[in-house]
Amino acid sequence: MSTVLLRNGRIIDPASGRDERGDLLLRDGVIAAQGHETVDQEIDCSGLIVCPGFIDLHVAVRDPGYEEDETTASATSAALAGGFTTIAALPDTDPPVDNSAAAAYVALQAERAGNCRVLPLGAVTKDRLGNELADLGQLARAGAVGFSDAKSPIASAEIMRRALQYARMFDRPILTHPLDPTLSAEGVMHEGAVSTVLGLRGIPAAAEDIIAGRDVALAELTGGHVHLMTVTTRHAVDQVRRAKAAGLHVTCDVTPHHLALTDDSLQTYSSAYKVMPPLRSREHVDALIAGLKEGVIDAISSDHRPWAAEKKDVELDRAPFGIVGLETLLPIIEESLIAPGHLNWLQLLEKLTVGPARILRKALGTLAEGAVADVTVFDPEARWTIEPRLFRSKSRNSPFAGGSVRGRIRYTLVEGAVRFQQS
Amino acid sequence: MDSASSTGLEWTRPHLLGLQELSAAEILLLLDQAAEFKRLHGAGETKLDLLKGVTVGNLFFEPSTRTRTSFSLAAKRLSADTVDFSSSGSSLSKGETFVDTARNIEAMGVTQMVVRHSSSGAPHLLATHLAAGIVNAGDGTHEHPTQGLLDLMTIREHRGGFQGLTVALVGDILHSRVARSNIWGLTKLGAKVVVCGPATLIPPYIEQLGVRVSYDLDEIVGEVDVINLLRIQAERQRSAFFPSIYEYAHFFGMNGDRIRRARHDVLILAPGPINRGVELTPEVADGPHSVILDQVTNGLFVRMASLYLLHRVSQRGARLAAR
Repeated sequence: MSTVLLRNGRIIDPASGRDERGDLLLRDGVIAAQGHETVDQEIDCSGLIVCPGFIDLHVAVRDPGYEEDETTASATSAALAGGFTTIAALPDTDPPVDNSAAAAYVALQAERAGNCRVLPLGAVTKDRLGNELADLGQLARAGAVGFSDAKSPIASAEIMRRALQYARMFDRPILTHPLDPTLSAEGVMHEGAVSTVLGLRGIPAAAEDIIAGRDVALAELTGGHVHLMTVTTRHAVDQVRRAKAAGLHVTCDVTPHHLALTDDSLQTYSSAYKVMPPLRSREHVDALIAGLKEGVIDAISSDHRPWAAEKKDVELDRAPFGIVGLETLLPIIEESLIAPGHLNWLQLLEKLTVGPARILRKALGTLAEGAVADVTVFDPEARWTIEPRLFRSKSRNSPFAGGSVRGRIRYTLVEGAVRFQQS
Repeated sequence: MDSASSTGLEWTRPHLLGLQELSAAEILLLLDQAAEFKRLHGAGETKLDLLKGVTVGNLFFEPSTRTRTSFSLAAKRLSADTVDFSSSGSSLSKGETFVDTARNIEAMGVTQMVVRHSSSGAPHLLATHLAAGIVNAGDGTHEHPTQGLLDLMTIREHRGGFQGLTVALVGDILHSRVARSNIWGLTKLGAKVVVCGPATLIPPYIEQLGVRVSYDLDEIVGEVDVINLLRIQAERQRSAFFPSIYEYAHFFGMNGDRIRRARHDVLILAPGPINRGVELTPEVADGPHSVILDQVTNGLFVRMASLYLLHRVSQRGARLAAR
């Protein structure tokens, strides 16, 4: 028997619409009804927000194969520091997670690390090459909560169709990276006035619009669940809006950096801003914010993608795409969405808790009585400076380095136990 | 020998990375300094000792003959020592990064570095990692500031100034760093710019740089004062941007027929190396309107001016640090 009392916090549970000051009791790893017993641990949450632990739909864990960038231990430690109690791990490892043994390895590494929950995503196609289906059924049996070829586009509509049909049998989503590989080939940044001035090869918004449209059409054709990872364009948001209105099973997410930054950032030629999909122009960012407000966008993901400095700190066109985001997500979205009044905390936290939980069909992301006691406690007013050298992630590739921000995680609890604490 | 121009402006930048960030006054300062070096040269002062004891590194991570030779000679005319490093990207295959290569050369006492690289922004990366002054000798498809300056110098020599002039940039604008440097320099100095080429080689949103777009050389050939014929850069094209070289030459090549329809005093520039028979015919390249060899000559003086002005800034910095 172990009990933790989170006392006098602002309890926000988007799953039930609850937003009130009070105490939250955790007993034996689950959310408990208020009793009058003596508690083992009491945490003063005055001035803090208490909410379900954050869930990230797609994190590049890099383990196995790229441990110089990140390991399961460092990724999950970074996740806890960012308020995440569950992350779904992308299968773009070496070897890739395209079979049940590889999925079992992901679970084993997570258990060894003992930090947060790690849910494996299985590859859609063998070796993520887009040619033939991976062992989707066996992957599902081994714990894969969905299927994704990570940042490799599935170029063939026929393969995508079969994947959606087949994954339906196991009630799993296909998480796609909507990008036409021919239009985006060798692209470095968003195609627009800035790319023209900088002399950098562009990735037009149309490259995303085309595949988003294709995948929506295939969701209709198959009845499968398409989840568009990291939408960044106006038309992609429109496609999801129309798909939802038509009752199709289409969901999507956005990242903090695509809300906080535009393609103007590339003026510095710093590879810290090189990310896939690319940072877009203002009109697209505004469309993403509108999509969040309307509920068209279901979730926010860090799209955490660590790179060792020796790989990332090179000529811009040779640098890999990606930003580390787990540890900076909260303050960046607070600045982008809460400070300007686009969303309130109840709306915003839905995108980090019950929103992604629904996509993964997991009974997580809620503070309902009896639910798993994965809880995040944060101070929305605390000011701090982002210093990548202090990251728990092994990598430092953050465009927000040196930023003075507001909003800091104080406690992260997994199954009722404090796994992270920041005083 | 003082380069403070009539505006009283002094050069203060530690690097020359592009013409985009320069003011009109700064560009004129560079052009005036280059003109002064040219005058001295004409007066028989072919060797100056302004950079005596200074070591200039020429780092060419992309093949180049003309620009490398020009920078090397410019440094020697100023009595600098030079170290040359040439490598195409692939021969950095020993695993050393390009920044580490530059750091090693800097550690040999190089205080000015001339950098050519196939990646846009590579000189900017060096500028953040090194203490040396960086001169961009062409980065990817971004800028080639000394080429822009030598084009400006050549036009100014023949026309006296830029106000009221219309300059056509013809050809592969998309992949051309020369085009971008020309656009910034010309528009800042008051010239009008029209870019002309196949639609597939005109970059998106180029109008936002303050230029006009034309897809028809015959439509503009009679109205422009200067035509700068950019090279078709087959090596930068990932796939065919136009049906054939023959078709390109037919629509966008400068030939005898078009030159006869141009203004009687039109200037023909080409940054080279030229593909005779593609961008221009020999009749045009070697004809009376061509100032192609003037460009090459002026390139030397523009590069002397760049190295000299950057050197003075680093000297000032050293003096301040010593205090």
